[in-house]
Amino acid sequence: MTSEPLLYAQDVNARATEFLERREFGDWTDIDEGELAAWLGESKAHCAAFWRLEAAWDRTHRLAALKAERLERPFSADVEPARPWFRSAAAAVAVAVIGVSLGVYALWPQGTVYRTPVGGREIITLADGSQIELNTNTELETQITKDLRSVRLIRGEAYFRIQHDEARPFVVMASGKRITDIGTVFTVRDDAGSVRVALLEGKARFDAGGNPVVMKPGDKIIATADRLTVSHDLPQTLAVDLGWRRGVVIFQRTSLAQVAAEFNRYNETKLVIADPKIAELTVGGTFPANNVELFGRMASEILGLHVVHRENKIVISR
Amino acid sequence: MTVSEAKAWFVREVLPLEATLMHFLRQNWRNASELDDLRQEVYARILKAADENIPEKAKPFLFVTARNLLIDRVLHERIVPFDAIADLDNLEVASDAPGPDRSAIARDELRKLTAALDRLPPRCREAVVMRRIEGLSRREIAERMGISENGVAQHIRAGMNALADMLFGEPSELTRRS
Repeated sequence: MTSEPLLYAQDVNARATEFLERREFGDWTDIDEGELAAWLGESKAHCAAFWRLEAAWDRTHRLAALKAERLERPFSADVEPARPWFRSAAAAVAVAVIGVSLGVYALWPQGTVYRTPVGGREIITLADGSQIELNTNTELETQITKDLRSVRLIRGEAYFRIQHDEARPFVVMASGKRITDIGTVFTVRDDAGSVRVALLEGKARFDAGGNPVVMKPGDKIIATADRLTVSHDLPQTLAVDLGWRRGVVIFQRTSLAQVAAEFNRYNETKLVIADPKIAELTVGGTFPANNVELFGRMASEILGLHVVHRENKIVISR
Repeated sequence: MTVSEAKAWFVREVLPLEATLMHFLRQNWRNASELDDLRQEVYARILKAADENIPEKAKPFLFVTARNLLIDRVLHERIVPFDAIADLDNLEVASDAPGPDRSAIARDELRKLTAALDRLPPRCREAVVMRRIEGLSRREIAERMGISENGVAQHIRAGMNALADMLFGEPSELTRRS
């Protein structure tokens, strides 16, 4: 009954996928287009396989729409930090810090203070070439002299990429904890006295008063007033925490309670989970950090939750 | 019918039936490793028929085609299992029942899409997100992930296939409920 040669679905599919992937990335010429047309013309099975993959892939345009919304916003795209940081970082240290001041720095010499508002983000370049990227609602003070380089994180989170200098170590203070770079890329965050440090590259020393911890890439430290936890993640996993540098928040099986806390760092409009039962629901996804309204819409459309806008609040319930 | 008409019809009318089609094929065919080949053959047959004339109702057409294909296959086997034929004759080819409303379908699709994305292997998912949400090039993704561009291509291709299987080949919550 069938006049077509026997075609194995697996082979046809592999070829169709190859066409689609090459076209997706734009290295696609008229010759390729002709080749695809000819291949589709060969068999209905080829058409079915290609159209099927294409239809599924095109459906993800709903996700791509998130990006369009993000780019319309003022804060994100123009401050995309240099990606080469990751490549050339042998001599560089990057640290992100979120900090809450303990106010015990009476002897601290006068330095320069930098601040970002809620939803803000800023990159500063120091005289020695080191760069500091401030996340939302962050305040820090830099102190650079010929013998000393230090930063006091007063509030928030920052990413540091430090030019290593044997003679002048770079020190970051957050809630009384001290991070010293030894040729490193790392992030530090201080959340109401709970200091989190993640080391992306190189080496750093973490000092909370007791024995200092020497960190390797992938190490993550969470230190509260009386407790220190060290864990190890793949650098790719750590990158999830750095979504803010691209203006996004990334969730992976994150509870709605945590999602709300994360969005609320970036927005004056606060997300409120009104029902403790749904606070445990987990979600995944990448969202523009400054578009909590979009998340509200998705919660309504995808999760089928009840979403109400009220003054400066978005209230989510069942 | 033009190619673009055929494609539009295929995507709009036929692909949404894939989960039901796969269920039907699984129920009526013992060799699970041949399911993808059967699906492909069914699609090829209906597209060939649609070249002449687009069937008015996609669903009965698809299932009659699938049924005929299975009968062809069974008859070509040396030993015809009797129960296979009996089952085929009892096949209920559902007519177009009124479906759930549009917004429920849209919500279900979105939910399915995000769930599908969530279920991709982590590295594959990462590559797909960088491509589809952040619009990065193959080279940029390769740099961020610390792998070769060819590695990125492999992740994206795996993602394309997994998404198609999950979006079309698996029953949605609405179908399960009804």
